[in-house]
Formats: sequence, C-alpha cells, structure tokens
Amino acid sequence: MAEQLLEVNDLCVNYKVYEGLLRVLNGVSLSVGSKEKVGIIGESGCGKTTTMKAVMRILATNAIVPNGTIAYKGSDLLKLGRQELMRLHRTSMSMIFQDPTAALNPVFKVGEQLKDIVRYSEFTSNAPNRQEVRTKAVELLKSAALPEPERILDSYPFQLSGGMRQRICIAMSLASAKDLLIADEPGTSLDVTIEDQIMRLLKQIVEDRGLSVILISHSIGAVKGFVTKLYVMYAGTMIEEAPTDELFSNPVHPYTQNLLKAVPKLTGGGVPEGIAGRIPSYLTIGDGCRFASRCRSAKESCHVHAPPAFDIGNGHRVACFHYGDI
Amino acid sequence: MRRATSHGRFDYRKSWHKFSRNYVSVVGLGVVLLVAFLAIFASYVTLYPSHAEFYVNFPEAREPPNWAHLFGTDQFGRDVLTRIVFGFRYSLMMAIVVLSLVVAPGVVLGLVAGYYRGGKVDMAIMRTADIFLAVPPLVLALSICSVLTPSVFNAMMAVSLMWWPWYTRLVYSIASSLRNEAFVQAAEIAGASPFHIIFREILPNCLGPILTKMTLDAGWVILIGASLSFVGLGAQPPTPDLGTMVSDGAKLLPEQWWISIFPALTIVLVILGFNLLGDGVRDMFSAETV
Amino acid sequence: MSAEEILTVKGLKKYFKTTRGIVKAVDDVSFSVMKNETVGLVGESGSGKSTVGHVVMGIYGPTAGSITFMGNDISMGVGRRPKELKKRLQIVFQDPASSLNPRRTIGQILELPLRVHHLAPEGKYAERVFEMMDLIELPREFAVRYPGEQGGGEKQAVAIGRALATRPSFIVLDEPTSALDVSIQAKIINMLMRFQKEFDLSYLFITHNLSLMRNVAQRVGIMYLGKIVEMAGTPEFFSNPLHPYTKMLLSAVPVITREEEALKPEKITSTGEIAGALNVPPGCSFHPRCPFVMDICSKVVPSQIEYKKEHYVACHLYPST
Repeated sequence: MAEQLLEVNDLCVNYKVYEGLLRVLNGVSLSVGSKEKVGIIGESGCGKTTTMKAVMRILATNAIVPNGTIAYKGSDLLKLGRQELMRLHRTSMSMIFQDPTAALNPVFKVGEQLKDIVRYSEFTSNAPNRQEVRTKAVELLKSAALPEPERILDSYPFQLSGGMRQRICIAMSLASAKDLLIADEPGTSLDVTIEDQIMRLLKQIVEDRGLSVILISHSIGAVKGFVTKLYVMYAGTMIEEAPTDELFSNPVHPYTQNLLKAVPKLTGGGVPEGIAGRIPSYLTIGDGCRFASRCRSAKESCHVHAPPAFDIGNGHRVACFHYGDI
Repeated sequence: MRRATSHGRFDYRKSWHKFSRNYVSVVGLGVVLLVAFLAIFASYVTLYPSHAEFYVNFPEAREPPNWAHLFGTDQFGRDVLTRIVFGFRYSLMMAIVVLSLVVAPGVVLGLVAGYYRGGKVDMAIMRTADIFLAVPPLVLALSICSVLTPSVFNAMMAVSLMWWPWYTRLVYSIASSLRNEAFVQAAEIAGASPFHIIFREILPNCLGPILTKMTLDAGWVILIGASLSFVGLGAQPPTPDLGTMVSDGAKLLPEQWWISIFPALTIVLVILGFNLLGDGVRDMFSAETV
Repeated sequence: MSAEEILTVKGLKKYFKTTRGIVKAVDDVSFSVMKNETVGLVGESGSGKSTVGHVVMGIYGPTAGSITFMGNDISMGVGRRPKELKKRLQIVFQDPASSLNPRRTIGQILELPLRVHHLAPEGKYAERVFEMMDLIELPREFAVRYPGEQGGGEKQAVAIGRALATRPSFIVLDEPTSALDVSIQAKIINMLMRFQKEFDLSYLFITHNLSLMRNVAQRVGIMYLGKIVEMAGTPEFFSNPLHPYTKMLLSAVPVITREEEALKPEKITSTGEIAGALNVPPGCSFHPRCPFVMDICSKVVPSQIEYKKEHYVACHLYPST
C-alpha cells in the first residue's frame, strides 16, 4: 500500500465531565492517501467531528487521548509541539466547519479576516505590503468562485448570504490547505440548491489542486457523488469501510444496512422504518460491540468483546463478528 | 400524583459542583456567611458590645491597635473592631431591605414590558425606567436624602427608589427576546393566559440572571449606603455604621489612621465577598460545556 | 367548499414592514387540505412556506386573504380566535430545542394544554400525562426530566405529544424532522403517520426535503418567493414536473440509488443566489434564474392555471389555452 498522507491508528478519546468519563472514541482507525477523497458518514454524536478535531488538535480542554497515533507526513500529530503544529496548519492542512456564520467574526470585515490568513500562509518569510496582501486575498476569493471579490473584501459577514459565507470559508481554508482539506458538513446549514453549488465547487477545487479531502456528512446522498472511499461511524467506532460503490451496493454491517434503508427515496416506497433503540450513553458504555444492544442478529459474544475490523476483500472492512472471529 | 409531573429534580450536588469549580466563589461565600454570622451574633462575639451605643471613655481614646483593642479605639474611646461588627448589621439590613423592596416590582415591570413589547405598556414602563436611570445613582439618592430627615430608614427608601429600574431593564431584555421563541408561541397556541406565560414560561428563564444580580447588588447597595452615611445623610451618630466611621475617622488622618482605614478596608472586603459570591452564582446557572 | 375540506386558504398575503422596505413573505397563496390528507409545501429559505404555516396557526394575522377552518373563518391572530377552535388546530415546530421551554419539565409541558382546556378532571392530570408519554413511546419517568437532557428525537416526540394533547383535527408540521438524524427522522415520521390514521388527522407538512415529501404527502405545492409556482398530486409532481424551478430543485436532490437518479429531471444548474423577498423581481419572480426565460417573463406575473387535471402551474411556458 502506498504511503498514506494521514493515518489514524486506534485512536481513543475520552471527555471528563461532572458525571464521570465519556468514553467517546473507541479505537478509531482511518487512512487518507495522497489526492484521495474520503468520506465519513454517521449520525449526530457518533464521534466524527471529535475524530477530526483530534486530527487538527483542537479538542476541548476536558478531552483526554489515552491511546492512539495520528501519522501525518511522517510525524505523529499527537506528539507534535505547538510551533510545528501551527506551521502545519498554516501551510498544509485546513478545516471547513459546518456553520459558516459561526466561523466568521461578525465584527470584522471579510478583508480583515482574510488579511491575517494570507499573511501567515502565503508570505511566511518576507513581510508583504498591503497591496500584495489584498491582491492575494482577491485571488483567493476568485478561486472560490465568488463574484465581485473586491466588494466582498469590504463587506461584513452579515451582509452576505449563507452560500457566500461558506465560500469565503472555503477560500480561507484554501490559503493553507496544500495537502489536506477537512470539510465538516459543509452543506448542512445551506439550502439544497446552494449546497449543490458548494459541493460542485469543492469538487472542482479539490481536483484542480490535487488535494486530499476528508468529507464528513450525515447526508448520505451528498457524500456519494464526491468521495471514493467511505467510512461509517457509530457510537465512536469505525464500523465499516469500503470504496463508495461497494458500500452502496453491498453494505454488510447491520447498522449500515439499516441506515441506508432509513433514507427516504425520491422514487417513493413509503416511509422507511427507523432503527429500534437509542444510541448508548458514552458514560455507561460497555466493552462489547457498541451496536449490540440494537442489533437483531447479536450473539452472546457481541456484548462482551468489541469486534476489530475484518477484511472481506475489495477494500471492504467491517467491524462485526458475523464476518470474522478473534 | 401531582408530584409525578410538577417538579423537576433540583440537583444540589451538581449545582454545588458548578459553583465551587472556581475556588474564589467559595471564598466569597465564606466571607458573606462570616459577615452574616457576625452581624447576627454581634452582641455575643464582640468584646465591648456597649461601645456600639453611646459610650465615652476619653482616657482610652485614640489608642493604636493593641492586644486589648485589635483595631484600636476611636476618638471617644470606643473599640473600632466592635463597632465594625455592629456596623455589619446596618450594612446587611440595608442590602436586605432594599433588595426586598426593589426586586419584585422591578422584575414584574420588566416581564410585563417585555411581554407587551412594542406597545404602549412597554413604552410607559421602559421610558419611566429610563428617566430614573438617567440620573447618576448617587446623585439621586443624595437629593432625596437631603430633602428628607437623614436617617437609615430614609436612606434605604432613597436607594430603593433608584434601584428598581436595573431589574426592569435586565428582565426586559430577556423577556422581550424570549417573547418570540417557539415555546412561548406554542404556549399561546395552546391557549395559555398571559399570566401563565409571563410567570410560568418566561420568568423561570430569568431566574439565573436575577439571582446573580441580586448577589452582586448586595455589595453595591452596601457601598451606596456607606457613601450616604459618609456624607452624613444616612445613619446618625452614635449608630455604628461603616460609612460614618470612615467619615469620622477621616478628620483624624493620618495620625490616627486606624479609625477610618479599618472600616474602609472592611467595606472593600464585604463588597469583594459579594462579588465573588455573585460570580459563583452566575456559574451555578450557566450551562455545561460538552 | 366541499364537505371534506378541512382547511381552505384563499388569496393569502402576509407582508412585513421592515426598515428596509416591505417583505412580501406570502404573496397570494391559495390551497386547501382535505380530511385525513397530508398536503406538502416545499421550498427553500425565503420561499414563505413557514410563514404560511405561521399565519394559518395565527402566530401572525394575515395582511389579506381568508383562511377557513371547518367552516369557520380564522383569518386572525391566535389571540382573537375562539378557544374551542384553538383545540382543533395545532403545530409542531422545526427546532425541538427552542419549542420546549428549557425550564419546564416534560410533564409540565405536556400538561399545559390539558389544563388550559380543562381536558381532565382535577387530580387526573398526571394520569393523562402518563398516557400521552406511553403514546409517544417515552418512558414514564422522563416526565420529571427537562427537555435539555433529552436528544432531538425525544424532544420532537414531546412536541408531537403536546400537539396531540387537545385531540386536534389538523396539525401544521413545520419541518418536523429537519433537525434530526436519518434514523430518528424515520421513527418520528412513522409515528406521525400512525397518529394520522389513529386520530383521523389532516397535516400541512412543510419541508425542504423533497425525498421525504415524496413519501409523506398526497399533494405537493412548491413555493418560491411567496408564491406557489406548482402544485400537483405527489406521483404526478415527481414524475412530470413542469415549472423550471421544480426541475431545478429536483435535479439538485442528493440521492443514493440508481432508480432515483433516473427519475431526476435533467440537471438544471442553479446559478446565483436566492433573491431575498425584499427585492422581488418584476414579472415572474423566478425569471433572473430561469434558463428558459422569455421576454414576457420579466413583465407579466404568470397566473396559476390548471395545465393538466389536478396539476397547477404558474409559468409562461404553459399558457392557458
């Protein structure tokens, strides 16, 4: 297997809260190759954002990482010092967040916010003058398909629409993302037609620049046309991994199957059944398979041990005892 | 049967945890409790309770701090420490009386103005509040007090009169923003009366800020009360009041510094205690993160 | 009005006066809902679909037009509606976090409508509340908990329970599952469908999710900038969309199966931003974004015509014959 750009291995993350310890991530592993587009789907609370925050090292202060490595271009991100980390953030990897309104400071003009980013990422050695910075900022906005970039630089975020704000966030991340771009539900707070526009823009940018992408979404359809490899997360575990087409045509984990069935179809067919039960609490979660309490085909052993990822060929791996044994 | 649905559990331990996460809040609580304790049991814990009233003993006057009088004696020979402890009574009484008079009407007016926001009721209430708030607080209190006979009671009335609009404004901002929240609309659609919506839907959401403000205000009321006494418009001699003590001793600075410095420091400490406690109260009502 | 019509909306307008001008949130909307029917309103932000729901519920009074419910005129704010009628119409809001008072327990929230309308003898309220909790499949001990401690699905179940408390005949569902995950959405929708049969309900279902609408509504209307631009029975709407905006929206829906992909109309790329309801373009409000724009579109507002049986559209491409 070729050298992976990013390799997360057996990552565990806990949060310390008043009631006790939230054991959120339970040995998560994923890998992103160079120029590869990878997606993570899962429902709220499954830990996908936590995983990405761990990669970017922006976890909350009450987070504990007892175990795991995150290998990025040879170094373990978890062990990197602040200076090195900042350098990476400025020149190599970047993240787009779900709510563009919250990601932009409402009391500064867009130009102000872009100015700093341009200065730290593009002109790391020499001190640029204002005109150079402004030109670069306009270039950035243009690469995110924003019309009238000069006017936008002089506007405040509230004067712009949701789609434009998200494009500004994309432009901002393009300044620093030379290798890896993480997009956390980029279209969730937008209308369908605007989300469509944004996703197409992202696809084009990513292809033009040869970036690797990790796309997180709970909208399964949005992910399908974009990524080549998909991970499915449930309750802090990576339960299935496969190339996109393979996952849709042959989902094997009971959760994935139920999830795909639960999506209403444009062709009709009635309202699908939900999944019985509810997501287990991270406070009291046991050591067994985290889906076992809701699984119709759960065996005795499923409640005792957590299944590792078994390889079932075709680049398809699943964490379920029905497909392997320890 | 009513128990089953009416009251949510109030988690004392969790509230204490949120309160005590910052240890200075606990310090503040300690200070306030200590002051309260001393105020209530002043006659029993002080060495010279009689010094709190009319007492003269010139041979022992103006003694600097020593083992018999930890904070020294004033120009009449009275023990400064004892008078400070008795002074707590007047300070706390001021805080309690003013807040009791002011909070309920202020809050109700704010709720009503917020609920009928945009209408004549809103205008009438808030513009009146604005008028009171436009005058600098101490100036207003001073002018009222100078018209009336100076006394502790009148000082309390004056401070109350200028204090209520702060609560109205605080509650108004919360009530008027909650007015258009979905749960208020849902209650209206269900047919709930304005009384229910104001007091059972909106008010519970205001309690946190109200209680925090009350705690912080206690300190400020004490300060304003002391300021009034300082200029002679509050407590009258020989009543031991922290403000009067400071002003009496001011004439004797800097030689007999202990007569005014100790009361002044005490004022600072008491207010600090309430402020720290107020921070803790605010933390107690804050939402958890993660 | 036929005997089966529960709600009739005619020429409804709702304009808001703001400092920057008049916002024509709802601009001449007409439709009706039959007994036991689910009528869907679909559209993007700014389309006015939520405002229609709000005006029907009386959160705002209409600027013009009439709303008739079971024969009674309810074209007024909720404060002025007769109490009897308030029981019959209910709403479930989009965001369960803000539609439930965070400082009231679930039991108190469910009890309120019962108390207001005296729907149980004194002392029996708790029992009724427990019955409701069983109905929405929540454990009874949740009655003393606060909404903030529950997940989105449970909160929305409480909102639905509250709406059902007064045994209404008609419920406005304003994006009831938009804030929920797919598997929870399925649970909630199933619950709603069950209740519809069990309690003889009619729904006005408002959402932006076309795939969901396909499986929930019998008739669908699509709104753009305050107007209904197309309305038809569900199968017809999805297999033969007429209006360019409908086609644009349908072609942008993210789908996962090949059959769905085949059903989607040819891709119409949406360009530009959604115009705000503040500066509604003259003539057909969609013309600046329409790939089939003609001369007449910027001058004359197209009127709604019945192009095919029970299939209405307002577009100059389909002139009345």
